[in-house]
Amino acid sequence: MSIFLNKDSRVIVHGMTGSEGTKHTKRMLKSGTNVVGGVTPGKGGQSVDMDGRALPVFNSASEAVAATGANVSVIFVPAKFTKAAVIDAVDAKVPLAVVITEGIPVHDSTQFVAYAQSKGTTRIIGPNCPGLITPGESNVGIIPADITGAGPIGLVSKSGTLTYQMMYELRDIGFSTAVGIGGDPVIGTTHIDCLRAFQDDPQTEAIVMIGEIGGDAEERAAAFIKEYVTKPVVGYVAGFTAPEGKTMGHAGAIVSGSSGTASAKRDALEAVGVRVGVTPSESAQLLRSILGR
Amino acid sequence: MDLFEYQARDLFEAHGIPVLAGKVATTPDEAKAAAAGMGGKVVVKAQVKIGGRGKAGGVKLATDPADTFEKAKAILGMDIKGHTVHKVMIAQAAPIKEEYYLAILLDRAARSFLVMASVAGGMDIEQVAHETPEKLAKVHVDPAKGIDIALAESIAKQAQFPADVQRQVADVLVKLWACFVAEDAILVEVNPLVRTDDNRIIALDGKVTLDENAAFRHPDHEALIDHASTNPLEALAKEKDLNYVKLEGQVGIIGNGAGLVMSTLDVVAYAGEKFGGMKPANFLDIGGGASAQVMADGLSIILNDKDVKSVFVNVFGGITACDAVANGIIQALDILGTKATKPIVVRLDGNNVLEGRRILKEANHPLVEQAETMDGAAARAAELAAK
Repeated sequence: MSIFLNKDSRVIVHGMTGSEGTKHTKRMLKSGTNVVGGVTPGKGGQSVDMDGRALPVFNSASEAVAATGANVSVIFVPAKFTKAAVIDAVDAKVPLAVVITEGIPVHDSTQFVAYAQSKGTTRIIGPNCPGLITPGESNVGIIPADITGAGPIGLVSKSGTLTYQMMYELRDIGFSTAVGIGGDPVIGTTHIDCLRAFQDDPQTEAIVMIGEIGGDAEERAAAFIKEYVTKPVVGYVAGFTAPEGKTMGHAGAIVSGSSGTASAKRDALEAVGVRVGVTPSESAQLLRSILGR
Repeated sequence: MDLFEYQARDLFEAHGIPVLAGKVATTPDEAKAAAAGMGGKVVVKAQVKIGGRGKAGGVKLATDPADTFEKAKAILGMDIKGHTVHKVMIAQAAPIKEEYYLAILLDRAARSFLVMASVAGGMDIEQVAHETPEKLAKVHVDPAKGIDIALAESIAKQAQFPADVQRQVADVLVKLWACFVAEDAILVEVNPLVRTDDNRIIALDGKVTLDENAAFRHPDHEALIDHASTNPLEALAKEKDLNYVKLEGQVGIIGNGAGLVMSTLDVVAYAGEKFGGMKPANFLDIGGGASAQVMADGLSIILNDKDVKSVFVNVFGGITACDAVANGIIQALDILGTKATKPIVVRLDGNNVLEGRRILKEANHPLVEQAETMDGAAARAAELAAK
């Protein structure tokens, strides 16, 4: 088992004909993902050679879904076209749309997240995220597939490279699914959504939750853990040394006045019994001790 | 990007929101001329992107142009909570009857937009929210629908604005929404929104935060950037399209990915406690597809920082290949030549790590040493900085 993504996932790539889209489609295929086609408005009917495999291009997600039975869309289009691509995926009722693109205006993401919620048929992951991987089954986005294999840990993180770091630290144990939810102020799938799914997933035995400064998603996740999650959760929070009022790389990573600090997030998590490491390695060690490995 | 008050005023004016005459000045002479142009009493207001300037003496009433000159002279160059005053705004004085509050902002938690309105204006709104929450109306806005006059009137009513100004306040709110959307703002705040003695509703002071991700559709926002108070190293990094924030410490940091770099800063500060309190000198994220050139640009900025005593390069190769990073470090050191004098601790893991480590080992540069783990590298970099 896993969450959101498995061996039956059939993936279309929005922006497959662009350079980023092509590069990552090849990587996804290589890691065993069942990519069934791409979407580029105006290029429908063409096909693209992906290391010897011809993938069809469609004008819209609806056409792609009708022809291929796709149930996942991954979006690699430039920021200025992303809103249209997400709305296209939602209109095609694709159950999962993973938005890798960074630098999207927050008015656009607020609108497409609200649109998806109003339709109720598409889960959005991202934007500004590395995607998600269910090792050995499917890999959607840009997470390296060769860090580790399948196992009992569920991982949810705002950060891409910290996701990789944590998978690497715990590579001998393995993961059910690792989800990069993205570092933007407005995202489609939250820590809470992933915690709920991991709690309900029989394969997942323990959960690692990685947060960072900005907003109060971690505090709300802590409240949710108290109420719903019985599996052990280990945390890590980045940004203790971040100064007030400065955006630290991710558009959402900003301490505003006294809100959004790393220490407030750590305290909230620890208050509900989540053990939080001072470094990623320490968090990994905490998880090991919980699993007895 | 936060705007100065005068920039917010201009933006409000452009969107039809009622404001008083106001003009920015950088010298006492300019201030005097602005006051002469307006006639009557004016207010000289320090332009700093921080609250509490009134209490700090950064806002003064001036009776005539000569007095404006003196007041501007006193305020220009003043330090307000670490912010130097480079500009003042000369604003028309107005007889104020009541002060209100009105704002639209992004509500991250609700993934929506939020209107906040209160008749208790002119003070810190967080204080109002805390002490008298019943005086603050909070209403979410459906991003697809926005704010029309009917919704705006119901908000004005809910916030208990006096009945005779509700319509005017609602009209301001509709225009404020138009401004919020058209400018891709994350925050538009009017505090105070005032009612004058002659019952006009005017935005007297404003705070605006614009979304830098939307810069591609707002070429005019470029002109709003405050170059004067941008740190020179940050400006240089921006020119090179690097994500850099200058901090106060001694260990220069380069990493890939915002989360990993933030974590690297923390790990260095934690390790630095054992070495006389060494701290990270900067945040620098070279991003996903870091090439040799990007590494060279980043390293040269950090080695130009006189506060830096050692450097920690922390890369987990996802898309980024470690061999490219290693080559980048060596090329950067070639370019910098004798200008590079600080020790560099490198920790590589992930994509093509063995090749990356081999390149660095064979290059055998006297300034470069490798570490196996992130925690170990942080401790070593802090130790070197403390020497």
